[in-house]
Amino acid sequence: MFTLRLAALALLCAPALAAGPNLGQPLTHGDLAAWEIHVLPDGKGLPPGSGTMAQGAPIFAQKCAFCHGEAGKGGVSTALVGAPPIKSIDSPKTIANFWPYSTTVFDFIRRAMPWQAPRSLTDDEVYALTAYILALNKLIGEQDVMNAQTLPKVKMPNRDGFIPRFPDRMPQPPERDL
Amino acid sequence: MEKLQPAAGNGLLDRRAFLRGGAALAAAMTGYSVKAETLAEPPWGKEPGDVVPPYGGPSKHEKGVVRTLSNPKGEPRTQHARTPHHLLQGTATPNGLHFTISHAGNADIDPAGHRLAIHGLVKRPLLFTLDALARYPMVSRFTFMECGGNSAPLFSPEPIQASVQALHGLASCAEWTGVPLSTLLEETGVDPKARWVVAEGADAPHLSRSVPLSKILDDAMVALYQNGERVMPGQGYPMRLLLPGWEGNMNVKWLRRLQLTEQPAMTYYESRTYAPILPGGKAYRFYFLQEVKSFITQPSVGLAMKGPGFYEISGIAYSGNGRIAKVMVSADGGKTWAQAALQEPVMSKSFTRFRIPWQWNGGPAVLQSRAWDDGGNVQPTRAEIVAQRGQAARVPSPLGFPSQHYNGITSWSVETNGEVRHVYA
Repeated sequence: MFTLRLAALALLCAPALAAGPNLGQPLTHGDLAAWEIHVLPDGKGLPPGSGTMAQGAPIFAQKCAFCHGEAGKGGVSTALVGAPPIKSIDSPKTIANFWPYSTTVFDFIRRAMPWQAPRSLTDDEVYALTAYILALNKLIGEQDVMNAQTLPKVKMPNRDGFIPRFPDRMPQPPERDL
Repeated sequence: MEKLQPAAGNGLLDRRAFLRGGAALAAAMTGYSVKAETLAEPPWGKEPGDVVPPYGGPSKHEKGVVRTLSNPKGEPRTQHARTPHHLLQGTATPNGLHFTISHAGNADIDPAGHRLAIHGLVKRPLLFTLDALARYPMVSRFTFMECGGNSAPLFSPEPIQASVQALHGLASCAEWTGVPLSTLLEETGVDPKARWVVAEGADAPHLSRSVPLSKILDDAMVALYQNGERVMPGQGYPMRLLLPGWEGNMNVKWLRRLQLTEQPAMTYYESRTYAPILPGGKAYRFYFLQEVKSFITQPSVGLAMKGPGFYEISGIAYSGNGRIAKVMVSADGGKTWAQAALQEPVMSKSFTRFRIPWQWNGGPAVLQSRAWDDGGNVQPTRAEIVAQRGQAARVPSPLGFPSQHYNGITSWSVETNGEVRHVYA
């Protein structure tokens, strides 16, 4: 049913172009490069570049430890190292005990960190910080290089710890004419 | 004078009592026990008033009607501002009192420099200015907005003594006006492989969430106006994603980019924060819907009763599934129930105000409300939520989020001294 609706939308697109306001500006390849920062769990969207734990350690000390504590042990902001067992619904969620995808670590650092100066890190620096945090959590080796090929292959311990509520537990929206 | 019929135990009266004759009811209830004062002309009747300002605000006597702030100094963490439900009536939250959560402050965006890109699995990727979007055919709709973590203190193993503002203040309701996303996607075209839309804000965290394409095509809009004026900075000025009835965090503020994809991005907020842990250690993922819920706003904690007599019990009900069909109210902790009146118009995925008259005899009472929506969904009791979802191992801060998506019943105990307490019943 869902697929049919999408197909109907695709078919309607051509005639709709003439009737609609058409006030968008066509984007060509490259226009959005500075904004295209979504990284998908299979690694789509990861940029060129690479980094290691050794390269990440001094960047972390300079730009991250102020909030996250020395070696990510926690400070005014959450700890980035450690995997306490999940014993109750309010247990702390950490990268090692909860995050299902390693790509999310890269994506979140690149889009949102450091808190005071987001989007100020180079892609190599983001890879290095990702490697540093994953290695501190022993999710990769201390010598491992993180790049667009290696990062998506990092297996996170809680990958299979989730029960999706969508779509099975969601009511489907009514059919509508497009 | 008509005899007032009780509708349930402990003084709940028929919801239609007012409709049959308000004056008779008032006379019957209040008893006019105190003689009126002798009146004189007050000062404001003896001189002209204040100059009318270009943008009006509330009376200076209403300075206490404000949001509570979790991080008033803007320290490097999330800021929450909660709606004072106990001091408001009706269903439209004033724009300045609409709840706000900002993970790194409210972005200060020059509307002339803001752009919205729609790209990815589309036939024609397009970039829109605010001026361009404002020329598209628009729609208006009332809808509630609710944080997935609203009401989380009720996961506490013991009832937290906090106001309805502290417990349920991360929900508000407004009329939103903007451009349906189905209109914009007709112009970009949709690749048949697309299943998700990853939305992103232009704020410092570049907050991102993955939204099923089916929801985007159903009733999503790019909202430009809030209760008639431009969207407030804390709501994403100059534009936000609006997903009626779905988790607040997905309604991305300061919206600048929509990327159509085959798969969800598993962003920080969907793979970690809004993935509530279940008692067995697994966690829900993609808990998008804000389910049917209600709570009593008057009386509530902090609003002391002023002696036995007549009161109107009033509150808010809403469901991300559709319209509220029925709200039942109890004054005896759930032993007996009476149906509340629903204030028209009752709108889909919107706050609905319910009211019921109550004759308080001055004795102990436990007030509860329970809502049903037109899809047949019923608000669970707290015991039902705890049985399915568990409860926190320790008592959290009233500002904490031990879990998300609590939509169970809230109970207010009215003590014989008139104080109102939060209890589990």
